[in-house]
Amino acid sequence: MGVRFPSMLKDAALTAFVAAALGIFIVGFRTVDVGSRTGLSFDYQFADLAVAIVTIFVGRLGLSLTAAGLRWPVVALGVAMIGVGASQLKLPSGFLHWFVALGGVMLVIRGIWPWARGTMTAAAGTPTGLALGQAGTKWFGWLLLVAAVLLPFTPAADQKTMDLAVLILTYVMLGWGLNIVVGLAGLLDLGYVAFYAVGAYSYALLSTQHGLGFWTVLPLAGMMAALFGIVLGFPVLRLRGDYLAIVTLGFGEIIRLVLLNWVDFTNGPAGIGSIPGPTLFGAVFSETPPAGKQTVSEMLGITFDGNHRLIFLYYIILMLALITNLFTQRMRRLPVGRAWEALREDETACRALGINPTNTKLTAFAIGAMFAGFAGSFFAAKQRFISPESFAFIESAIILAIVVLGGMGSQIGVVLAAVLLIGLPEWFRDLGNYRMLAFGLAMVLIMVFRPRGLIADRQPSVRLHPAGSGGGP
Amino acid sequence: MSEPLIEIEHLTMRFGGLLAVDDVSFAARSREITAIIGPNGAGKTTVFNCITGFYKPTIGRLTLSGGEREYLLERMLGHEIGQRAKVARTFQNIRLFSGMTVLENLLVAQHNKLMRASGWSVYGLLGLRRFARAEEAAIGLARAWLERIDLLGDADRPAGELPYGAQRRLEIARAMCTEPRLLCLDEPAAGLNPRESAELNQLLVSIRDVDGTGVLLIEHDMSVVMNISNHIVVLDYGRKIAEGAPAEIQSNPAVIRAYLGTDEEGLDG
Repeated sequence: MGVRFPSMLKDAALTAFVAAALGIFIVGFRTVDVGSRTGLSFDYQFADLAVAIVTIFVGRLGLSLTAAGLRWPVVALGVAMIGVGASQLKLPSGFLHWFVALGGVMLVIRGIWPWARGTMTAAAGTPTGLALGQAGTKWFGWLLLVAAVLLPFTPAADQKTMDLAVLILTYVMLGWGLNIVVGLAGLLDLGYVAFYAVGAYSYALLSTQHGLGFWTVLPLAGMMAALFGIVLGFPVLRLRGDYLAIVTLGFGEIIRLVLLNWVDFTNGPAGIGSIPGPTLFGAVFSETPPAGKQTVSEMLGITFDGNHRLIFLYYIILMLALITNLFTQRMRRLPVGRAWEALREDETACRALGINPTNTKLTAFAIGAMFAGFAGSFFAAKQRFISPESFAFIESAIILAIVVLGGMGSQIGVVLAAVLLIGLPEWFRDLGNYRMLAFGLAMVLIMVFRPRGLIADRQPSVRLHPAGSGGGP
Repeated sequence: MSEPLIEIEHLTMRFGGLLAVDDVSFAARSREITAIIGPNGAGKTTVFNCITGFYKPTIGRLTLSGGEREYLLERMLGHEIGQRAKVARTFQNIRLFSGMTVLENLLVAQHNKLMRASGWSVYGLLGLRRFARAEEAAIGLARAWLERIDLLGDADRPAGELPYGAQRRLEIARAMCTEPRLLCLDEPAAGLNPRESAELNQLLVSIRDVDGTGVLLIEHDMSVVMNISNHIVVLDYGRKIAEGAPAEIQSNPAVIRAYLGTDEEGLDG
């Protein structure tokens, strides 16, 4: 195939022109507030615009070259762009560094994609590839677990990292809980955060008003949330699909509004403060012990360190998340778990087989709610302050996004998606306002390249023939 | 003649102004295949949907005699008909759990039995031996059915990947795994080639003779209907126009008229 450079250049120039026409008003001018007297004025950002247009020109040229099958020039172009992005070169804004570098990354990926995919498919076909793939899926989870257990002992475990790790694990747990409802039972629940709120307020109120400890309230909070799940689910679960989504969305908002407006009970928008943290065998994590209590550093005879509390919280949430995971894995292999999945596939067929759809869905809903309740009471104990603001719809949306992007029903997928969706925006804080753009870009990329989620393979809950024997003709 | 397994009396189903089934009465017996035939839109599937609880009949009584007691199907909830009265069905357009494996499909069919054995999941979560035994037995039953429908090698494949004919057989096996008294099959031979059709005949005959299940069959393929049914009910425009043994039906003038049109219509058309 002949490579027609003039037409490629023309095409890239046209793209750059379109970008310029669109960008001149959006990027080229910026209104600035110059004080109350003179009002608004313009600031010109033509240098920014120029860099962006050049990037787009080069990027389009790269795409044309990819289409013409010129792999290595494209990769070289991409690497050059990454180099420019990462260099100390004085570009007009920090964001442009990222923009250029990300463009380069995309070009490199596009350049090697057909080759990488071809090699990977070929490698997956060979016996070694098959064995490696199976070992990979089998051991990857364990590897992650070992890494998670050892994390606090690594030098990377400063306060910022541990904070982020606790946050990610909270979402992993919520994702695993919602995975039962959405991934296994196929019930689209847009109000999952309501049960998280029920758990959080259960602990906050019982501890501050009645002096109950974290470990006493934890199961109570789970039961409370499960009860709410049953009460809500009973009338609602005969709805299907979109209708269920709308009703659960409404329920989530109702819970938040009740928490906001029932001031006598919940202290309204001011929230509940000074919630006690979790204790270790009755000892508290603080520098000076409160009356009649012992601090952990006294009990263990170590010097006080603010990080200990964080590490303790980290292990609690790790344990809670693992319990959620083990429970779900176990349930999947039981008749009820298989009935959940069957309901997701075809409710009519389930009814014809004598499965009670309402009860089966209700168990999924209640169990999912219970884990949200556990996570909620952990959240309250960690934050020591909660208000209705923490339980807005966006939380439900993020948890749902984690489940969907991870691959419905996949446990490891949830972990990866939580790291991506919670971790990335935190790591990209340098990007300022553009971090949500990066977040959106990541989501779009996942949806384009993995439309069924990061990990879409379903492992059978039971096998007649041992795995890897081919499974018939 | 044995007692009827299911007795349908004065079944009427009205959708707004449309009378889909009009005062139909017939009976089906255990160890017999009863076929319901009729032109398109005659109300055959509506009768099935009434029997299996997907519709509540406007008028009529559906009595299923199950051993000691009788079940009035029109009063039961949809899933109870499968669970208690033990009526199983297949669908005109195949409804397998296509993302789940063949074996899992057959285990889901044994849900109620396994739920009891797993102590509503408690014994199962604790990993008690009694649940493990029940599950082994359930897998044994599934394996026996997979051998009968010749899908043993495909047990761990997703059901949706199977060829069409195999999906049809699997759906019948799945219904049989509920250990039903009455099996309702909605056009099981649709889309099958002649060889598969013949295999289906054998399977249905063995279900009738070996398992002793009563079979109620909607079918357009006359090679299936006339070869294996013991009793045929003919519907047209929601009404029963004939009933009897295959030989009687083949020579019944009302049936011939319903299928081929009257002489005058034939000339006009």
